[in-house]
Amino acid sequence: MKSIAEIKAIREKMQSQIILRENSEEGETRLVVGMATCGISAGARPVFNTLVDEVAKRNLSKVKVTRAGCLGMCKLEPIVEVFVPGQEKVTYIQVDSEKAKRIISEHIVNGNVVNDYLITSEV
Amino acid sequence: MRELSLNLLDIAENSVKAKATLIEITVTVKANLLTFVIKDNGCGMDEAFLAKVTDPFTTTRTTRKVGMGIPLLKMIAEMSGGEFAITSEKGVGTTTSATFQLDHINRPPLGDLADSIVALVTDLGDSNLIFTYSVENEKFVFDTREVRAELEDIPMDNPEILVFIRDLIKQNVEITNGGLNI
Ligand SMILES: Nc1ncnc2c1ncn2[C@@H]1O[C@H](COP(=O)(O)OP(=O)(O)O)[C@@H](O)[C@H]1O
Ligand SMILES: [Mg+2]
Repeated sequence: MKSIAEIKAIREKMQSQIILRENSEEGETRLVVGMATCGISAGARPVFNTLVDEVAKRNLSKVKVTRAGCLGMCKLEPIVEVFVPGQEKVTYIQVDSEKAKRIISEHIVNGNVVNDYLITSEV
Repeated sequence: MRELSLNLLDIAENSVKAKATLIEITVTVKANLLTFVIKDNGCGMDEAFLAKVTDPFTTTRTTRKVGMGIPLLKMIAEMSGGEFAITSEKGVGTTTSATFQLDHINRPPLGDLADSIVALVTDLGDSNLIFTYSVENEKFVFDTREVRAELEDIPMDNPEILVFIRDLIKQNVEITNGGLNI
């Protein structure tokens, strides 16, 4: 059974990676999931957890998954906002776990915005 | 909402917004009763405001006039043969609790507690969360202060740490359930 004490081993592994990372100049990419009552009801929690899984699995350093309250468009939830340093914000709407995986593989990893889920496309 | 753990996440988020430095979430299953208690030391509410929060036409947010989280939980508890209560003191904190009859036909499943706790953990900043889950005589306690003690300078919202925390909670919740499907 897992215990909190195991975190020590993960931490030590990460600390050695961080020394390497500090040498790179890249800023941090942020994925923000709207998780007020409206977002949670629409399915934001599995989207959030899928994003966390994908980032951890691919070992994407400098990518952070965070949450926000109501992003102001309840009908379009779940909403994911992507902030890549030096680029304009990209807002994905009606995201589910499958879309979340594509956002990571296409946008975050390969740098191509997934046009199918954008706020500007037809809803 | 299809899972009670989603309501739990939603209500606990109020405590984060209230700038609580400690949030205590307790989920207890005993005999035929499922009980939620969410206690925080955040900004609290005065009596007049507290009286209004269970009414769906109250919220302090400006983006939308209707705060639905509390009225929704109250409705689900009452529909499931349980009760809802909220007490608060300005500057001291708030305690929100709800009970549900386990075998009531309208009671939603508890769903994935670990997914909800992990989503909260990312939002804590320097605040802490204690999650206590008990089913009859089995009990599991997850305390972010213990996690932080092991983490040293690694942030708790690091995705790899979050995945670990989620697996840890999942395993322990399952063991605590003792084969019971809640
Ligand atoms: N734990 C708490 N501490 C302080 N204020 C709270 C707390 N819970 C709820 N409130 C107040 O009650 C309001 C209504 O809450 P809620 O029904 O969850 O809707 P919402 O969070 O969408 O506004 C909140 O906006 C907040 O002002
Ligand atoms: Mg709320």
